[in-house]
Amino acid sequence: MARSQLAVSAGIKTGIDMDRQDRFLADEVMARSGANLRACYQCRACASGCPFVAAMDYPPNAVLRLLIYGQRQEVLRCGTIWVCVGCHTCSSQCPMAIDLAAVMDTLRLMAVEEGVAIAKPHILDFHEEVLRSLERYGRAHKLGIMLRYKMATSSWLKDLDVGLKMLSKRKLDLWPSKVKDIKEIDGLFQCYWRKAS
Amino acid sequence: MSQASQMDFSYFPGCSLATTAAESNLSMMKSARLLGLNLIELEDWNCCGSSSASTMCKNLALAMAARNLSLVPAGRPLVAMCPRCLHYLRSAQICLKNDPDTLKNLEEQFGRPINLDLEIIHFMEVLVRYGLDRLGEKAQRRLKGLKFVPYYGCTLFRPPRLARQRYFQGEMENILAKLGAEAVTTALSYRCCGSFLSATDPEVVTPLVNEIIDSAAAAKANCLVTACAMCQLNLEIRCTAKTRLPIFHFSEILALALGAKDYETWFVRHLVDPRPVLQNLALVA
Repeated sequence: MARSQLAVSAGIKTGIDMDRQDRFLADEVMARSGANLRACYQCRACASGCPFVAAMDYPPNAVLRLLIYGQRQEVLRCGTIWVCVGCHTCSSQCPMAIDLAAVMDTLRLMAVEEGVAIAKPHILDFHEEVLRSLERYGRAHKLGIMLRYKMATSSWLKDLDVGLKMLSKRKLDLWPSKVKDIKEIDGLFQCYWRKAS
Repeated sequence: MSQASQMDFSYFPGCSLATTAAESNLSMMKSARLLGLNLIELEDWNCCGSSSASTMCKNLALAMAARNLSLVPAGRPLVAMCPRCLHYLRSAQICLKNDPDTLKNLEEQFGRPINLDLEIIHFMEVLVRYGLDRLGEKAQRRLKGLKFVPYYGCTLFRPPRLARQRYFQGEMENILAKLGAEAVTTALSYRCCGSFLSATDPEVVTPLVNEIIDSAAAAKANCLVTACAMCQLNLEIRCTAKTRLPIFHFSEILALALGAKDYETWFVRHLVDPRPVLQNLALVA
C-alpha cells in the first residue's frame, strides 16, 4: 500500500489503497454532479472558506482528491458529505468554479443508494424524519420531526431548553399544516432505497 | 397590462413561514396590504422539497417543487420569501426546461400543465419593481438610527446553478436605506447560519452563530435583519454570545416603516426581545 505525497498534502491522513482504485469513480461523480472536479489544483480555497470544516473528517479539497484516486469506500463513508449543508461558500470561492456543493449532494445520494455505512447516522435520521413528515402531511411539521428525531437518536435531554423556549414562544405548532390532496403527494414518494416508515 | 393585475402575485409561503416564522408571514402580508400589493396564497401548496428531499432523492425533490409549479394560475408571477424555497422552485424549473421527458411525466401525473415561463421571484424583487422612490413615499415611520446588518445568509444569491438568474445582493440595503435605516456592511452578512446542523449538531453551530453576532456587535450595529426565516431562528436559538442583538425578519422592519400597528404580535414570538432597541429609537411605544 503506497501513501502518496499528494494525498498527504491534500489533508488525507489515512493510507490510500492504490491497489483498490475505482477508475470510473471520478467520471461517475462528474457526470452526476455536473462539476468538473478534475480542474481542482488543491489550492484549498474551499477548505479555508467552509464554515464547517472543523466538524469534517476531510476538508472538501481532500474529498476531491479521494475521488480522483478512486477511493470509493473511503469517500462514501466520510463524515464530510453529511456535515455539508450546501451553503455553497466553497462553490463560490473556488477559482476553478467547481461546484463542490453539487459534488457533496451527489456523494450523499450515492452513499444512501449503495447502502454504505453512514458516517453521521444522526444526520441521515434527521433527513429521514423530515421526509416522513413530508410524506404524511406534504409539509414539514417541525415539532413532529424533532420529537421523532429525538426518539430515533435517544437524545431527549440534549437541547431540551431550546425546545421549551421555542414552545413557549409558540414557534413549534402542535398540529401540522397539511396539504389537502395528500394522495398526489403520496404518488411522489417512490425512492426504492428508503425503508418503509 | 392594467395596474391592478400587475399588483397580483401568487405567493408561496413555505413550511417555515406557515408555522415557525409566522411573524415573518404576518408582517409581509401586512406590508403587502399597506402597499396595495395582492399576494394570493398558492392553493394547496406543498413543501418545496427542502434539503432533506434533495439529500435523499433527487426525483422526489424535483417532483415536490414541480407540483407547486403546476398549481400556479396563469398570468401572475410566483413570489417566495424563503430563499431556500425560491432556490428549489427555480432549480426545478431550470431542470424541467432541460428535461422534456420528466416534464411530460410529471404533467401527466398531476394532470396539470407546468408553465416553464413562469416568473419566480423573491419578495424583495417585488419591492424593487414597485419602485423604491414610491416605497419611500409610503413610509410612515423613518427608521432613523436603526443600524442594521443586512444578513442574507447563504442561499439568496450564491447557488451556482442559479448563477445566471437575478441576484439580490444589495437590495436589502437599498430598500431599508430608502426608509431611513443605516446599513452596516462590515459584518458577516453572507456567512451560513448552520442550516439543519442547528438541529442535529448544535455544538458545531453555536460558535459560528456567535461569530456572526459578535461581528455585528463589533461593527456597532444594533440589530441584524435577515431575508431567511431559518437564519433568523438559528441566529436566535444558537447564540450564546455576551451581546444579544435582536434578529429581525426583513418584512418586520419593512412593515414597521410602513406604519403597521400590530407589531406586538410578531415581536412576542422572538427569543431575543427586539422591543428595547426599537423603543430606544422611539420607533415603537
